[in-house]
Amino acid sequence: MLLARLTEANGAPGQEGDVRDLIRAEIEPHVHQVKTDALGNLIAIKNPDAPGPKVMLAAHMDEVALMIVGIESNGYLKFRPIGGVDPRVLVAKSVVVGAKKIAGVIGSKPIHLQKPPERERAFTIQELLIDIGAKNKEEAERLVKLGECAYFTTKHEEMGNGKIKAKALDDRVGCDLAIRLLQEDVSFPLIAAFTVQEEVGLRGAGVATYQIKPDLALVLEGTTASDVPGTDEHKHATTVGAGPCITVIDRVSIPHPPLVQELFALAEEEGIKVQVRRNTAGGTDAGKIQMSEEGVKVATIAVPCRYIHSPVSVMSKDDYEGAYRLVRSYLKKLQEREASN
Amino acid sequence: MEIKQVFRTLSEASGVSGYEHNLTSTLQEHCPWADEIKTDKLGNVIMLKKGHGTNPRPKVMLAGHMDEIGLIITKIEKDGFLRFGTIGGFDQRVLLAQEVVVHGRESRTGVIGAKPPHIQVAGEQGKSVSMEDLFIDIGFDSKAQTEEHVSIGDLVTMKRDVLDLQGSFMAGKSFDDRAGVAAIFECFKVLAGISHAADVYGVATVQEEVGLRGAITSTYGIVPDIGIAIDVSFGDSPGLPESDTIKLGQGPGIAIGPHVHPKIHARMVETAKEWNISFSPDPSPYPGGTDTYAIQVAQAGVATILLSIPLRYMHTPIETLDYEDVRQTGRLMAMFIAGLNNDFVEGLTCF
Repeated sequence: MLLARLTEANGAPGQEGDVRDLIRAEIEPHVHQVKTDALGNLIAIKNPDAPGPKVMLAAHMDEVALMIVGIESNGYLKFRPIGGVDPRVLVAKSVVVGAKKIAGVIGSKPIHLQKPPERERAFTIQELLIDIGAKNKEEAERLVKLGECAYFTTKHEEMGNGKIKAKALDDRVGCDLAIRLLQEDVSFPLIAAFTVQEEVGLRGAGVATYQIKPDLALVLEGTTASDVPGTDEHKHATTVGAGPCITVIDRVSIPHPPLVQELFALAEEEGIKVQVRRNTAGGTDAGKIQMSEEGVKVATIAVPCRYIHSPVSVMSKDDYEGAYRLVRSYLKKLQEREASN
Repeated sequence: MEIKQVFRTLSEASGVSGYEHNLTSTLQEHCPWADEIKTDKLGNVIMLKKGHGTNPRPKVMLAGHMDEIGLIITKIEKDGFLRFGTIGGFDQRVLLAQEVVVHGRESRTGVIGAKPPHIQVAGEQGKSVSMEDLFIDIGFDSKAQTEEHVSIGDLVTMKRDVLDLQGSFMAGKSFDDRAGVAAIFECFKVLAGISHAADVYGVATVQEEVGLRGAITSTYGIVPDIGIAIDVSFGDSPGLPESDTIKLGQGPGIAIGPHVHPKIHARMVETAKEWNISFSPDPSPYPGGTDTYAIQVAQAGVATILLSIPLRYMHTPIETLDYEDVRQTGRLMAMFIAGLNNDFVEGLTCF
């Protein structure tokens, strides 16, 4: 299954190679051109010279990860997160490190040797170390290089009632959607940008958009859902199972209002359940795309995911399918408009 | 099957205290060295390897506990999420973002969650998420849906495949104390190739984590002359003082303390030296925390010792050990047993 392969591939910001190779192999049969740029964005172009609106799909390939910044004399690895990671989710997890995919664990002090108040305090990043079972620094140095990254090892698996748990759903679910949507039969230029370095400041999206110069862009994301116990309903940014969400505003963009309205109307017409993303925080590639050159019309369509930026996130297959149908319907509508012109 | 592989199977299986029965068949199927295998009323699995001596033969009991710490469902929330309590000691900080198996009508994968960081107030990130704020997400949308699969009182174990780290290091769940059970197998395997006078009762005990209960009843049934408990001990790890730990990869810890009979201790150390088995002295001033205690005070009293397998990150899903230490623990016990005779056993009551 494509989403399983995408989420189980590893790609820290700036080290998206494995994900890029996987996506490239998937899309090559369906597009006219595939290129990469100086930052590593993968740009796939369908109908490069055709008339009609230039439509861009954007999904980021990178995921939050842990960069190895030091090797202790006893062989333990010190790390710092790249992208936003709450250190509390790291305790007692397994990871895989670097190009050699060395297995490791992030350990913690046994409960037996703690005083109860210690457990009230969260571990800091500085206290946590990766143990690969190396006997000393020399052994560890043969296996792992500074600057390589450690990744969570979560396997993609279905659970409960049509849910999927996996790592890196933010934003491999967007990559998966873009790969599928590139297979649509359209006559206008359709360009997918699989961007790099979103998690560290939307860096790939800006330069990709500059090259593409789209007329409009649809950003495909996995976004935070907080529909969980202990959270008041008015603070549920999105709800898993209530359909894909459409962003009205986030920290970095106000998606093009007529486009947003069009998407809501289309969803209703097609009988696709959608929701408004009810949180103004967080940013996506839309922020950079919208501000490219003299500006671009953008919309963000996202699949709600619980526990993003942790070892394991959860999404609904129905929401995913809803996002696919919504964007596909939009592309079809553009196609019809083109045909009647 | 290689014993290391049996250990892997045992680690990945589930057997929370009181519910160890899933492990019984694995033990029975993979213990070809035993002359008899039986289970008792609490679920202890007792594997007897008879000695070659004439009656009465010394009786040695080896005890490794097979139960693991786990969670128990206490409430099903209206949105279908599960609340839980703990069976055995868990640091709440290791539970967040952990994958679990909920043993309901069928076994189901779940994820332990808490409210997401972006809606926490400032300063909350410095605090750990308290046990009562954690929940299990098994992917159902309502209480009614969840109730079709899960009931209050169902048990939960960590979902964790064993990982091979460098060398013979391994990481996984419930190494505490299925590593002890594996050491018993390693001992049996060595004994199968040598002559030993004593009858050896290898016992995979139950309910150790909640009060050494399996060791109490199994010892009462066996009435051994010598009891050897094999449990895990704190391995050298970051942030722990050297004096509280023993090093991985240097063989078992040989405990010394009130629960260790001095003559057995002396003989064990001698045996290790004679057979060139490395070990760490393991001073043990708190003699109540392992099956050793339960064996020691059974009936009229039993001469006991504790052998410790060094283990990092105890009571987490990524407990880490060096499998070579498990093997050496088994070998040490076997050589100790091979050297036993009735004279030594009689001497144990003479102070």
